[in-house]
Amino acid sequence: MDFANFLIQLLNSLQYGLLLFMLAAGLTLIFGIMGVVNLAHGTFYMLGAYLAWFLTAQFDNLLIAIVVGAVLAIAFGWALEWLLIRHFYKRDHLDQVLLTFGLIYIFQEARSILWGDDVHSVAVPAMFNGAIQLTDNLSYPVYRLVVSAVCAGLAMGLYLLISKTRLGMKIRAGAFNREMTESLGINIRFIHAIVFALGVGLAAVAGMVAAPISSVYPGMGSSVLIMCFVVVVIGGIGSVRGALVAALMVGLVDTFCKVLLPEIAGMAVYMLMAAVLLFKPEGLFKS
Amino acid sequence: MSTAKAQLEILPRSIQVLLAAGAIALAAFPLIPMESSGFYIQLLSQMMILAIFAMSLDLLQGVTGLVSLGHAAYFGLAGYALAFLTPADVPVSLWWSLPVAALGTGLAALVIGFFVVRTHGIYFIMVTMAFAQMVFYIFFDNAELGGSDGLYVYFRPDATLFGWQPFDLENKTTFFYFTLALLVLIYAFLRRLLFSPFGRALTGIRVNEHRMRAVGYGSFGYKLTAFTLAGALAGVAGYLWAAQTGYVNPELMGFHLSAHAIMMVILGGMGNFAGAIVGAFAFEWVMHFFKDMTKHWQLLMGSFIVLVVLFAPRGLLGLIERFTAPKEKVEEAP
Amino acid sequence: MTTRRNLLTHSAAAIGAASTGLFLPELARAQSDKVRVGFMLPYTGTFAQLGVSIEKGFLMALNEQGGKLGGKEVEFFKVDDESNPAKGVENANLLVQRDKVDVLVGTVHSGVQMGIHKVARESGVLSLIPNAGVQVATRAQCAPNVYRTSFSNSQPTLALGKAMMDRGHKKAVWITWNYSAGAEALEGFEAGYTAAGGTIVEKLAVPFPSVEFQALLTQIAAIKPDAVACFFAGGGAAKFLRDFHAAGLSKTIQLYGSGFLTEGVLEAAGPAAEGVMTTMHYSDSLDTPRNKKFRLDYVKAFKSQPDVYSVQGYDAGQLLIIGANAVKGDLSNKSALYAAMNGVTIDSPRGKWTMSAAHNPIQDMYLRQVVKGENKVIGVAGKAVADPATGCRMS
Repeated sequence: MDFANFLIQLLNSLQYGLLLFMLAAGLTLIFGIMGVVNLAHGTFYMLGAYLAWFLTAQFDNLLIAIVVGAVLAIAFGWALEWLLIRHFYKRDHLDQVLLTFGLIYIFQEARSILWGDDVHSVAVPAMFNGAIQLTDNLSYPVYRLVVSAVCAGLAMGLYLLISKTRLGMKIRAGAFNREMTESLGINIRFIHAIVFALGVGLAAVAGMVAAPISSVYPGMGSSVLIMCFVVVVIGGIGSVRGALVAALMVGLVDTFCKVLLPEIAGMAVYMLMAAVLLFKPEGLFKS
Repeated sequence: MSTAKAQLEILPRSIQVLLAAGAIALAAFPLIPMESSGFYIQLLSQMMILAIFAMSLDLLQGVTGLVSLGHAAYFGLAGYALAFLTPADVPVSLWWSLPVAALGTGLAALVIGFFVVRTHGIYFIMVTMAFAQMVFYIFFDNAELGGSDGLYVYFRPDATLFGWQPFDLENKTTFFYFTLALLVLIYAFLRRLLFSPFGRALTGIRVNEHRMRAVGYGSFGYKLTAFTLAGALAGVAGYLWAAQTGYVNPELMGFHLSAHAIMMVILGGMGNFAGAIVGAFAFEWVMHFFKDMTKHWQLLMGSFIVLVVLFAPRGLLGLIERFTAPKEKVEEAP
Repeated sequence: MTTRRNLLTHSAAAIGAASTGLFLPELARAQSDKVRVGFMLPYTGTFAQLGVSIEKGFLMALNEQGGKLGGKEVEFFKVDDESNPAKGVENANLLVQRDKVDVLVGTVHSGVQMGIHKVARESGVLSLIPNAGVQVATRAQCAPNVYRTSFSNSQPTLALGKAMMDRGHKKAVWITWNYSAGAEALEGFEAGYTAAGGTIVEKLAVPFPSVEFQALLTQIAAIKPDAVACFFAGGGAAKFLRDFHAAGLSKTIQLYGSGFLTEGVLEAAGPAAEGVMTTMHYSDSLDTPRNKKFRLDYVKAFKSQPDVYSVQGYDAGQLLIIGANAVKGDLSNKSALYAAMNGVTIDSPRGKWTMSAAHNPIQDMYLRQVVKGENKVIGVAGKAVADPATGCRMS
């Protein structure tokens, strides 16, 4: 592999990693702050993608679709939290695993009934339609860079929200000690609802933003779910910074293994996770 | 995690009666003359195999409090062991292939457990899933191990010993009784284990690991032993599955089967092994029922799971116990 | 407490009795003069569309003959196989042992087919494969009661190589998912391409079901082959087409594939698929009277467009009709049944094809090119392409 090729593969790793981060961020927030294991996270990603396809067809404009879709997704997350999730904070992780596993079935079937099982595409918005020439025969779509920028922007936004705002402070306090925070007069229920809605919204927006590059199909949720969990576990549950670092690591390992060690490419990421947990059984960063 | 008080360990009489009735019904079933009895005998054998699998998970999850999302790995591994041990033209002997499969699977559980048992809570859940995925990919990605299309097990194991064949597992009814015998044996063994010092230690670790360590129990060793034993027992179930269906596929080690097993254990009621059996039968039955009913069975199945988790956290046995033995509740000291 | 316990056991018994009824088939089946047809198809999940297409095609074939088989009424049974190989044997047994079907039509997924195949071989039930291309079913594991009306995984790509060489694409990179279907497709491609004089410069594999192709597309760009040949299907195929195009590779490297690369995904792939050439045993745009009639009738009956899966299902129906007519609906008359079905020629919308000795279609492979969002047939890539049927021994 020559140097130019190496750099391009780095770019590929970065882009994949950032996308994984956007997905994993929602998951780690929900995990870390509410202690809720959410197996249905990948399903929200898939629903977001289908929603993007549906709304783009209605509004003829992806950007509007994403804004509308984000609002819908956050509202949906809020409703789900109110209806079901809030009864599970004090329950076992086991019960949460099961609840969300049941939700996967329900959402998959709902999607099948609402939108069918076909494969769809979402057009890249016209303004981002170009490509940057990397080598004489390889070009890089501008939209991919846009997606990476959105993910990076989101990373920054989340970081600022969690560490620099009052809301973020309350969220962190709630994660650290729920009872104490409550007794200080902070409405923990409201915080939890926000965090869950945000987590769902993040997953759905990831699906919407990625839809033009990934295609919209029924199985897209499950393949992404496991990767998300790996990222969250490697990074440390509840740590957004950890999720970013871990996502980039996964991006690197996945990309370079596909090229250099294809025989173990399927397992490589799990081996990475096992290796990290051997030395740091609670992930790389504390929340 | 749940406390011992929240779980049913000593089974009230109503449930003991139910279990005994169930066992008798099962034993008598093949004797009832009915249309397509062969099919139902096979179906029940399959449910019993899943019950054994569920019990092995209950040891880990219900008793020791370790939630594994990768338990199916051991189920599948033993199935593959049988597939590799069975030649294409003759059956393999039951008497050494079953122990080898179980021990081999136990060994795999020991090795994986060594890495996995040091983690806690959610990490444990995720890391068990990850290792199971690794095992899945080892088989899925390698054509020499059967690849994504899996392998056939051409013959059921042969029970011939020193030239005499006490029973023929190729016969559906014989296989049924063999599985039933193993189910009862394993159940009895696990119940014994539950109330043995080892079992009490595991329960203590589930209730409060720090306290156990404070009084001198090395929790790592106990947890690892439980993990290994659970893996070996899952292996017995997987061996039987492969013997019965004659086909193994990497999906047998997959995430879905692991999740179904967790569901079975919760549905029945955790921590007493009887719940695992009840849960396995109930879960399979419910799934068949929904699938026969409508194309959109996944909606029903998902709703069913959600309802169970919401309203029956102690499972079916918990419900039965609540309805049949209120007067047996002793007044708690204030 | 006694009353409660009684109530509980009584109601449990009642529920038990009632529920077994839901499980048990109708017992009034002494003399069945209906032919029982069992569908084991994916009615849910990723392949749901394919399952539905196959069933529709099959039913259309039956309805063209008045909905009867050999003069007898038909009774249908369905099982959703969820594309789950772990339940293949169990689901097949539902149809074969519980519902006692006379013929099992299924399925799409090769792993599930392995399970069905086991049950078929052991029970002897007539098994028609309307899609799954797992080669061993008509090779080492072939059986007198198993017939396939679709293709074997290496057949479409077997014809690909020569078409590529004819266009001067002598050096190619192969890419697919790392699973059996991909490996079998490679087998066909390698045989055909090297026989025609081509060189496979590099064989790339993507872990299944990953759709992150960027790393390997970068590799392909660095290798600079004349062409890329691949096997992908479904959502992954759509993404591969789009990613390949978005990386600018479609400008300098011709993309070829097994036909499934462009089946059912052209709407999703959009302009990215333009110019892609594939080989397959059918194309929607096949300009023959037979195909045109088929497509018109299908749309009239189902208000949706047929695809290759509908054709495969339709042909399975045609095959069964031929067999059933020969035995006047008595599918237990195996020798006459097989005699009628062996070596038969089916007048299919894909063109006439013959049943091989190993019970796989011997069929023409069309070379198709995506032109304005349609798979246009630009030639015949291979005539009467047959699967080598290695290791098949049928007495």
